[in-house]
Amino acid sequence: MTSTTTTVPAGRPRRRTGPFRHRGSIWGLLAWVCGLLFFLPFGWMLLTSLHSEPAAATNPPDIGAGLTLQGFREFFGESTGVSPWPPLINSLTASIASTVLVLVLAVPAAYALSIKPVRKWTDVMFFFLSTKMLPAVAGLLPVYLIAQHAGLLDNIWLLVILYTSMNLPIAVWMMRSFLAEVPKEILEAASIDGAGLLTVLTRIVAPVAAPGIAATALISFIFSWNELLFARVLTGVVAGTAPVFLTGFVTSQGLFLAKVCAAAVCVSLPVLIAGFAAQDKLVQGLSLGAVK
Amino acid sequence: MTVPLTAKRPRLLRQGVRESSTRPADRPRGAWARRAPLLPALVFLIVVTQLPFLGTLGISFMRWNALDPDNRGFGGLANYRTALTDPTLRSSITTTVILTASVVLVSLLFGLGLALLLDRRFRGRGIVRTMLITPFLVVPVASALLWKHALYNASYGLINGTLTWIWSLFGSSDAPQFDWLSTNPLIAVEASLVWQWTPFMMLILLAGLQSRPLDIVEAARVDGAGTWQVFRHLTFPHLRRYLELASLLGSIYVVQNFDAVFTLTSGGLGTANLPYSVYQTFYQAHDYGLASAQGVIVVACSILIATFALRTVSSLFREETS
Repeated sequence: MTSTTTTVPAGRPRRRTGPFRHRGSIWGLLAWVCGLLFFLPFGWMLLTSLHSEPAAATNPPDIGAGLTLQGFREFFGESTGVSPWPPLINSLTASIASTVLVLVLAVPAAYALSIKPVRKWTDVMFFFLSTKMLPAVAGLLPVYLIAQHAGLLDNIWLLVILYTSMNLPIAVWMMRSFLAEVPKEILEAASIDGAGLLTVLTRIVAPVAAPGIAATALISFIFSWNELLFARVLTGVVAGTAPVFLTGFVTSQGLFLAKVCAAAVCVSLPVLIAGFAAQDKLVQGLSLGAVK
Repeated sequence: MTVPLTAKRPRLLRQGVRESSTRPADRPRGAWARRAPLLPALVFLIVVTQLPFLGTLGISFMRWNALDPDNRGFGGLANYRTALTDPTLRSSITTTVILTASVVLVSLLFGLGLALLLDRRFRGRGIVRTMLITPFLVVPVASALLWKHALYNASYGLINGTLTWIWSLFGSSDAPQFDWLSTNPLIAVEASLVWQWTPFMMLILLAGLQSRPLDIVEAARVDGAGTWQVFRHLTFPHLRRYLELASLLGSIYVVQNFDAVFTLTSGGLGTANLPYSVYQTFYQAHDYGLASAQGVIVVACSILIATFALRTVSSLFREETS
C-alpha cells in the first residue's frame, strides 16, 4: 500500500504518511475481521467445551454462561470410564514413527534429486507425485486382505507403514526444494578440499536443510495425525487412533455438546500447538520444491 | 534453481566433444552412488502404493462378496457393469466433481484474498495469521463434528442461535430457523471444507507473495505503475505457479475427502462422494468385487484429472530446467 508518489529510499522501512496510512489501516482492519471470522468456529468450539451441557445447548447462544471443566472431565471418562488415552497414544505412536520413517526415506531421496540430480529426475518427481493421485480407497481392499492374512489388522505398525507411504511423496517434494538451496559451489569447494560425504552432509547440508526438515516433519505429522479412512477400516479396539475415537461422537445428541467440543479440542491440541509454534516454517515449507 | 548436471551432457556429445578417459571408468560407480539414496524411497512407494492397486485391479474382475463366501470366482466385467449402471455411483461421481471443483475454487479465491491482506504490514499481523491458519490445524473429524453439532444444529447450533439473537434485537421472536444439513447438505459440506482448506491455500500463496522480488516492484512503482498494474503484471504472473500448485495439491486432498462426508451426512442426501461410496460397498456391503471395480473407476477418473494436473506441473518444471 505504498503510493506511487511517495517513494522511499531503498533499505529503509517504508513508512506510510498522510492519507495512505489511513488506507493501510482499513486493509489491516479488514484482515482482522477476516481473521476473527475464520477463527470464530474454533473459538466457539473452545467456549462451548468450557460450558456446562445445559448452557452449551441454548438458543440463542449463552455467551456469558459460567465456565466449567466438566466437558473435559467427561471426555477423560469421569462418568463413563472410557479413557481417551489409548487412542491418543496410538495416534502419537503412528504419527511420530511414520514421520521419522518419512524423513529417513525422504532426505536421501531428496538429496539424490537435488544436489546430485539423477538422470530424468523430473520423471522421478512425477512418479512420486502420481502416487499421491492414486486415491487411498483404490488400494484399501488388498491392504485389508493382506493384513487380515498376516494378522496385522488392528496393529498400529500397519498404519505407520501406510502413513509413511501417504506422506513420502510430499516430503520428497518439500525436501528437494530446501536442499536445492544449498549452493553448488560450496559443495564442490568442500569436496575439492577433501571433505568426505559425511562431513559435507553434517557441516554444509544439514544447517541449510534443518528448517526444511522441520517443516516437512510438521506436515507429515499433521496429515498422519488427521488420517481417518485407513485408521477406521484397518484398526479396531486395540489400535484405534484419536480420529477414530472421535467418530464415536458422530451420532451423539445435544446433551453432550460440551463433551463433543472438549473431545474435538483435545484431539486437535497436539497439531495446534505444533502448528502455531512453527507457522513460519509451514509458510516456507508449503511453497514446495516445484516453485523454488 | 536446480540445473541438473546431466542436462548439459547430451549437448556436449552432440557437438562431438567427447569426454576424456575419466568418464567410462567413472560413470557406473558415480551413477549408482547417485541413484542409491533414491532407491529406498522408490521401492517403498512402489511396494506400498502400486502393488495393492494391482490387487484391486485383479479383484475387480471377481465375484467376491464376503457375506457369500462360496460364490467366489471370475466374474468378468460384471462388477463394472453393475458399478456403471448403478445410479447411486453415477450420482457420487457428479458429487465428487462438484464438491472438489467448488471447494478448491472458492478456497483458492479466499486464500488469495487473505494472502494479499496478510502480505501487508499492519498491527497484529502475527495474531491474525495465527487465527487464520487455525482451521487447517483442527483435526478434520473434529472440525466436521464442530460444524455438525455446534454450528449447523437446527435447535441449538450457533448459526440459528445467532439468527434468533439478531431477530430478538428487533423485538421479534420468530427468527427463521433452518435445518442446514438437510435443506442444503452439499453446500453445508462444502462450507465446512472451504473453511478447512482456505488456510492451506493461503499459506502457499503467502509463501509465493513473500518470495516476490521486491526490487522489481519498487522499480515499477518508480516508473509510475499503480497498485492494480503491479498486481496484474508483476504479482499475478509470479503467483501463477503458486496458484497452480495450490489447486493441484488442494484437488488431490479434496477429491479423496472422506472425513467430512462421513461425519456430517454419512453420505446421505446426495453428498456421497466416490471415496465414501467405495468405503460403503466394501465396509458395509462387503462386496469386495464391486468395491474394487468402483475403486478402479475412481482411479480412472483421477488419472483424467492427474493428466491435466501433471501437464500443469510440468510447466513448473519447464521453467526450472530450461
